[in-house]
Amino acid sequence: MSIARRLALLFRVKANKALDRAEDPREVLDYSYERQLEMLTRVRRGVADVATSRRRLELQQTQLRQAADRLQTQAQQAVGVGRDDLAREALTRRSAALSELAAITAQRDTLQAEEDKLTLAGQRLQAKIEAFRTRKETIKATYTAAEAQTRVGEAVSGISEEMGDVGLAMQRAEDKTAQMQARAQAIDGLLASGALDDATAPGGHRDDIQAALDAMAGDSDIERELAALKAAPAVTASPTAGTPPAAKEA
Amino acid sequence: MIIRILGEGQYELADGTLDQLNILDATLQAAVDAGDRAGFAAALRALLSAVRDRGTAVPDEVLTASDLVLPAPEAALQEVAALLGDEGLIPG
Repeated sequence: MSIARRLALLFRVKANKALDRAEDPREVLDYSYERQLEMLTRVRRGVADVATSRRRLELQQTQLRQAADRLQTQAQQAVGVGRDDLAREALTRRSAALSELAAITAQRDTLQAEEDKLTLAGQRLQAKIEAFRTRKETIKATYTAAEAQTRVGEAVSGISEEMGDVGLAMQRAEDKTAQMQARAQAIDGLLASGALDDATAPGGHRDDIQAALDAMAGDSDIERELAALKAAPAVTASPTAGTPPAAKEA
Repeated sequence: MIIRILGEGQYELADGTLDQLNILDATLQAAVDAGDRAGFAAALRALLSAVRDRGTAVPDEVLTASDLVLPAPEAALQEVAALLGDEGLIPG
């Protein structure tokens, strides 16, 4: 078992280093226990960080879905008024939104998996720390410094291996989160630029496709009003109160 | 014999199963030496499944060092090579 043996040895070397430094092996117990509690705090913070990043991606998923739906509606509207060029533009943007959505969904799932693993690792570590604490008290109550060496060694190498394992899991989760953040930032930028038609932006942001469709609708309203003016008799230029020109139309 | 799968926890295996695991481990080692990523992933999957199938999970509250430590299921070849190459990489 060459690889597995070498890895086991690496973890053991790390535990032994801590023991070699101490004059009284029992000192190592308290020091190690403090480090364990710190690690547990770090793991819990790590879980919270990953969850925050996951929620950010979920928010973006919602935004991208809304953008895709809106672009779909716009494409239909554009086809309805004979503007294939606008419809094509809307569909192109919709396709971009959907491909970002697919990428983000994959990353969101990766983060969820990391969050779950880290949560379990934290629970495992907590149980081991509790076992260590019990054993630490027993060793301190039962053995002299000279006798304690082996027992301390066993306890410390057991927990040290767990700490190393959890530490690696933390590193992996941090790496994944960092990768994700770069992408999330890029998508925030994309949404903010209006290129994906962010219908969820505060203040009711109007994108250019919608502006063109609205302008066409506006144009036809004006044409209709103009036609109405031309058809109406000249007296409507000074309307009597209570009978506006629009009422005549209707 | 206690075997840890990184990121997953420890398993207890009967010493008799070691020969079978050794064959799988030799395949893993060969893949690492050859820099064969696909071979490494396949060998690691086989090795980890064998440990899970033949072992019993060590309860969370049991504190014991492992005789053998195996890479995490999703570990890439270069990560394992880095771990083996530099002991300073193991945190905690």
